[in-house]
This record gives sequence, structure tokens and C-alpha cells, in this order.
Amino acid sequence: MRVGIDVGGTHTDAVLMDQTTVKAEIKTATTRDVTSGIVTALRRLLAAAGVDRARITAVMIGTTHFTNALVTGRGLASTAVVRLALPATAALPPLVDWPRRLLTAIRPSVHLCDGGHEFDGRPISPLDPGQLSRVAATIEALGIRSVAISSVFSPVNTELEERAAAILHAELPHLHISLSHQIGRVGLVERENATVVNACLRDLADDIVGAFGRALRTVGVAAPLFLSQNDGTLMDAEHCRRYPVATFASGPTNSMRGAAFLAEQADCAVVDIGGTTTDVGVLTGGYPRAATGEVDIGGVRTNFRMPDVLSIGLGGGSRVTHGSGPGGAGLPRGRGGLEVGPDSVGYELTEQALVFGGSVLTATDLAVAAGLADIGDPALVRHLDRDLVRCGIDWMAARVADLVERMRVSAAPLPVIVVGGGSVLMPPELPGIPSVHRPEHHAVANAIGAAIGQIGGDVDRLFAITPTHTREDVLDQARTEAVERAVSAGAARDTVEVVEIDEVHVGYLPGNAVRVRVKAVGDLDLARRTPTEEEPQWVTT
Amino acid sequence: MGYDLTLEGLRDLAEGAAVLGTGGGGDPYIGRLLVEQQLKAGRTVTIIDVGELPDDALVIPSAMMGAPTVFIEKLPSGEGNIAALRALEAHLGRTAAATMPIECGGLNSMMPLLLGAQLGLPVVDADGMGRAFPELQMETFAVYGVSGSPMAIASDHGDTGIIHATDNRRMEWLARAMTIQMGGAAYISDYPMDAATVRRTAVPGTLTLARRLGSALRRARAEHADPFDALAAALSGTIYTHGLVLFRGKVTDVDRKTVDGFARGHVTLVDLDDPDDQLEIIFQNEHLVARRNGRVAAIVPDLICTLNTETGTPVTTEALSYGQRLTVFAISTPALMRTPDALDCFGPAAFGLADPYTPVEHLTAATT
Repeated sequence: MRVGIDVGGTHTDAVLMDQTTVKAEIKTATTRDVTSGIVTALRRLLAAAGVDRARITAVMIGTTHFTNALVTGRGLASTAVVRLALPATAALPPLVDWPRRLLTAIRPSVHLCDGGHEFDGRPISPLDPGQLSRVAATIEALGIRSVAISSVFSPVNTELEERAAAILHAELPHLHISLSHQIGRVGLVERENATVVNACLRDLADDIVGAFGRALRTVGVAAPLFLSQNDGTLMDAEHCRRYPVATFASGPTNSMRGAAFLAEQADCAVVDIGGTTTDVGVLTGGYPRAATGEVDIGGVRTNFRMPDVLSIGLGGGSRVTHGSGPGGAGLPRGRGGLEVGPDSVGYELTEQALVFGGSVLTATDLAVAAGLADIGDPALVRHLDRDLVRCGIDWMAARVADLVERMRVSAAPLPVIVVGGGSVLMPPELPGIPSVHRPEHHAVANAIGAAIGQIGGDVDRLFAITPTHTREDVLDQARTEAVERAVSAGAARDTVEVVEIDEVHVGYLPGNAVRVRVKAVGDLDLARRTPTEEEPQWVTT
Repeated sequence: MGYDLTLEGLRDLAEGAAVLGTGGGGDPYIGRLLVEQQLKAGRTVTIIDVGELPDDALVIPSAMMGAPTVFIEKLPSGEGNIAALRALEAHLGRTAAATMPIECGGLNSMMPLLLGAQLGLPVVDADGMGRAFPELQMETFAVYGVSGSPMAIASDHGDTGIIHATDNRRMEWLARAMTIQMGGAAYISDYPMDAATVRRTAVPGTLTLARRLGSALRRARAEHADPFDALAAALSGTIYTHGLVLFRGKVTDVDRKTVDGFARGHVTLVDLDDPDDQLEIIFQNEHLVARRNGRVAAIVPDLICTLNTETGTPVTTEALSYGQRLTVFAISTPALMRTPDALDCFGPAAFGLADPYTPVEHLTAATT
């Protein structure tokens, strides 16, 4: 049996699953002390299920700790950035567009060095070991323990980042080193940013992963620990220490995957409605579509793979107003300019909403008045004008249907799964949408998403198509690499399949440069738990 | 007449340049960061009217050539653009009094600002395309008899080359070959000319126009006003006399592929209320022609801009995707870009389109 835990900003949810059956689900408050929150959740879950801890085979945790650390600037390590590129890139050194708040938090030591490749693999300049030894001396003098290394076109040729890491590591064996080609794709500023984010989270990752491990031991669970990544796959605890940035946005991903699993739909749109916001994402083959452009995390521009999610300020606590702004989205406003959100009473719903005796008209009040929900005291909203209630519900339904419509990539109709505490706001049917499901256990969809995680392998880089290395050869090579990466990350080989393949031809370059992205996933192979020894030695410790 | 660019002015200019990129031109983000770095280091970008220069003052444009995909990875050294300028100055035996853009749409609107800040050179408020185009010979300079050669090209290493081509099209071919050897992105200085020739052949005031368009969008957002009314208002009184909404709809089909190094394709938009009302745009890096229900609604060199309906943010051809709500906004090109010679150089036929050129304001007058 597997345990899935989702640690959110306010709630920690946990589920116990036996194959595809939910055996127990609980919700607790997230605690400041990481260990005790997980201990409480695990104990309550085991008690609720009446199951012996020895029957647990794996624990999967999805956490917002690392996202929160970046947003608040707390717990970030002092970090060095080494870029291999000179003479190229000198006009735009690392971190130029970072918010001051974060620069103050990570006190970076920035080094521009020789190195880098051209798009076709020719060197820009050779690596200079003497330069890197001097960088090592500076890093040591500053007492810095975490380093991000980037090199121009490292997604095409990884060699220089690896060699530079080996040189630094030989001088300072305790260094934590993050390499850009393992974290992002073409686009130096964004890839390097994501790598620095990863590097400054390394110390915190040790603390958090250590705390999760202690929690499991305290409860007496001996099963291995995995963490959710933002693409919906899992990483083991060791991998998470090295790539904490991979946990970013795992919350929405888990929620979407959990919802799709509960509704038994692999291709669908998921609408997650909370107290303040509504997130909409689309799944293909059970995995969320990745955002194609740049993603802003904590004010830092990155091109890290993240789920493509559209969010609006609509939730159970949204205030109902007669708006004055533009209608937005080309939608007609409700009667008399009626609007719901984006302002929300948030966690004060139980004091401020009409159904709880408050004085603010909220989305929840409309749902109760319309008979969609049974929350608080329905008598307190009986006086509401029926037209107003109907207009409000129609407006919200139209808004959500419009979001779903925007997330579609083709004209084919897409079933919709509605989850989250605010899902009661939606009527049983949405305009223009063939089917709407609200599955059982939907309140803990995120923890279920963690529990059902698989193991993945990705390839995303530029290939050259030549007469001797045809498009078919390139695609085969990329597929094989992705499958091997999934297997080396711990997937059972016979279960691995390629779930996504995408090729983009690159303009203005000779021959046929093509950027290929392949994603392979497979089931976790619990019989073979030795993934760390296959990792290169310099990214460990 | 001249003015120094502020940080806010720079951001406005970058967004306006993305509008004038008409779907192409490359993302000005990296270019904007490069110039921001200069401003933050205390350097200035001074934008001047060409009338402020003596007739015989030498103006040398600055631009980047090559693949945007390379440019976002192999960021500039900050030396290559200077090396290209210096190489051309040395070749000519004269010193530039000012620099200027050859293209005011997208990334290349930023490159002369960078050079101007680095060297303290004023930047002439004009360019040779009045928008973005994909090739070096598609310049009003070329149309009105200016030779692109001698042209200098430089790499980030500081390697330079001087190209003397027999015509501007051959210059484009030769420069492209060198660009690839230089790593897929290079810095160029071409079309060197005196201020009097700039006055005769350039599209005037386009940097200020871009800044005004960007500023109009920023203010419209802040005031929750209609961004397209704001764009139209910002255009009034300029040589881009007409700015109008051609179509508002949802993307229902996008197809793009790379052919001969260009991003070619088409996008189809459908009216939200009337599914029979459709607009199709054909693009080659930039948008070339918009056809509404089969009839031409706007055609190159008039500008066809795709913008997010809610925010007015320009959407490039690479970023087009199914389901987007877009407003197609057309801008008429100035008269000097509509002469028979100009249309030979960058009119519909130059892109292999069979439709004749008809000014966008005549096309819309006929349909409404």
C-alpha cells in the first residue's frame, strides 16, 4: 500500500491507497515544524485505515516548502554562479534581472569564465582549469557551499559543465554543485536562473528531506520516501536533495493527476476551485501539458518545465460585486455588471459569508441559495433575489467554461473534471462542455496525485539532422535516451513508455537543427532501489 | 529635439517594438536587458532627430543578424557590435557621428540603443524598415538607392569581415553564410550613409513611435481602458495614419514549419459570435497577409499585428496557440513604403504572394 501526502501552505492532506482503491483520507493543518506535521498526518491516516505500518511499501510527498522558501526568501543558501562562456555573454552577467530581495538573500558570488559551445558543438573557448581553481579559492574564502554552473549550449553538449564541476569538486569536495543542462533547456538566462534557484535551495533540501525521513522513522514506517516533481513523476529522497527545484508547482500537477485518476480519464481538463483561485490545466495521457514559454517563479524568469495552468481569482470566498472594470475575456458581464471575484474573503469565509451570519455576499452564498451546496445556514440567503443568484452562477460557470476552452489545443471536445473545496460553485453542466465529472474523494485529489506518481525520464535538446543521421534516427535516439533515463531513475523497464514527443525545427540555422522533447514514464520498480549509484559522483554529497 | 531614454521609456520602446515586429522580429527581452544594464551603470541613450546632424555627418546603423534561438543562448559579449562599427569606420576612414536601427520591430530596435549607450553615440530616431522584415535588402535605404555595402560583420570573439557585394540581395546571402560560421548570430553594421541620405531614405520617428505605442499600452492597462483604442490614438498624427482593428476572434488552427530557414505557416481565427466569420493570416517570420473569409483584409508591407485581446500584449508567431483570444490590429505603412519601387522590394510579390498590394484603409473602406 502507498501513502500519498500533500503538504500545502495551510493544509496537509494524506491518503492511503491499495492499488487503485482509496483506503483512508485525512486532512490536518500544516505545521511550522516539518517533522511533527508529517508524523501527525501519518498517525491519523494509519489509525483511520486500521492498517499495520509494515504494509506500507512507499510514501510519496508533494510539498510547497521550496516554492515558499523562494517566495519568502527564507532559508536560502549563499550561492556561487559560474558561467562558462567568455568572450560571449559578457554584456549580460548572471542574475541581472533578479529581484533585489532575492539577491540580498543569496549573496551571490558571480564568475564569468572561458568555455561554452556554439549551436553546432564547436567550442567558443577552451576551459581554463587555472581560472576555475581561482574561482574555487574565492568560493572557499567566502564560505559558500553551493554552486550553479552554466555553459553556453550545454543542452547540446554537456561536457564543459561536467568538467568544470569535476575541477571544483577536486578542490572543494564538500561543494553542492547544480549543472544547468540537468535543469533547464535552451535559453541561457532562464536556464541559468533555474539552476541558481536550485543551488540556493540545496541546504534547505537537506533539512526538509531529513525531516521527512525522521517523520517516517518516528512513526515506524520503513518504506522508501519519494517526492513529487512538477511534471507528475516521482524522485527519490536522494534525488530531491540534488534537485529541489523539481518540486516547484508539484501541487497543481498532483491535483490534476489525482483528479484524472479518480475520474478514470487520461485526456481531460481539470478545474481545481479553492477558496480564492481557480486553476485549470489539461492532461494528455494522464500527464499535465507543460508550459511552453518562460515561467516566473518568485520574480525570477525561468524556462523550467512547469505545468501549463491558467488561474483566475474565483473561489468559494470570492466576493460578489457590481464590477466597474472591463468585462474581461470578451465575456458579457452579468446583469447590472455583476461579477464574482477576484477579491476574496479567503480563510475568513466562515465569519464573513452570509450563510455563516456575516455581511459579505460571497460565491458560496450564491451556491447555497441556488441549492448547489449545503453549507452554513441556508435560511440566511433565502432573501437573495433569484435572478441575481442565477446570474451569478451562470457568470461563474461561463467564466470557468471559457478557461477550459482556452486551454484546449484542438477542436476535439474535452471532458472536464471539477475538484477542490470550491467545486460546489459549479452547476452540474457547463456551457459548451460535453461532460462534467465531480469524482468521489475529490477534496484530497492532490494527495492521491502524489500516491499514484510514476518514474519519468526526459530529453530536451537540439539535434542536427544530416544525410547520415536522419530525422527517424534522431527521434529514435531521443526516445531511447528518455527510456534509459526513466529506467536509471528507478522505473521498471517493461512498464516504460514514451508519453510525449515533440519536435520543433529551428529557424535561420543551416541544415536542419531540430529541438526534440521526449518524455518517457514507467512504474516505480520497488524491487530495485539503487538509483543513486548510477548518478555521476560530483552531484552527490 | 533629442532626448535621453529613461528606464520606463526603454520598456515602453521594447513593447512598442514588439507591436511593430508584426508577429516576428524576435523577442526584445534580451535586447532590453542589455540596454537596461547600460542605463543602470549610469550610461545614457540619447535619441536625436536626424535634422540635428549636419548633412555630411556619417551615420552607421547597428544590428544583429542570425537565429533568435542562438541569440537567447549565446548572449552578446558587448564587443561584437562595437567591433563591427569600428571595422566599418576603419574601412571608410571616417568616424560615425551617430548610429541608428535598420529595423524598428523586435530585437533589432534595441541593438543601436546598446551601441549608443556603450560608446556615447546618439541614436537617430528613424529606421530602414518601418517594421520588421526578414532580410537585409528589404530596406527603404535600398529602395531609394543606398548600397548596403560596404558592410561589416563581427563575432563575439571580435573577428570581423567587410563585405562588398554587387547588390544588396547578394550582401544578404554572403552575410548569412558568415553569420553561420560565426556561430549562428553575428553583429553587423551596414548601409553607412550621411545624414542627408538618412533624411531622404529612412522611415522617420520610428523609435519614438515604438515608445509611444508601448506607453499607450501600459497606460491603457493601468486605466483599464481599451488597448486598441489607445494604439489607434497613439498612431494619430503620425505618418502611420491608420490603425484599426481588423478582427477579433479565437485561434482555431495554427500551422508552422521551417522552410529554407524561415518560420512559415498560417493561423486561423474565428469570430466568437459568428463561426462562419473567419480570418486567416499567412506568415513568414512576420505576418504577410490577412484574409477574411477569403478576401484580402490587409497585406504586406502594411502591418498586421496579433495582440492579446484582453491585455493588448503582442503575440509573436512562435507563441500562437489554439484557443488564444486575439485581436488583429492593422497599421498602414507610411507613403515612402508604398511606392512602386518599395513594393518591388518588400511588397506582396517579394514574398511570393499573387495578390496585388492594396492599402489597408482602402480594403477596410470597401468591406464596411
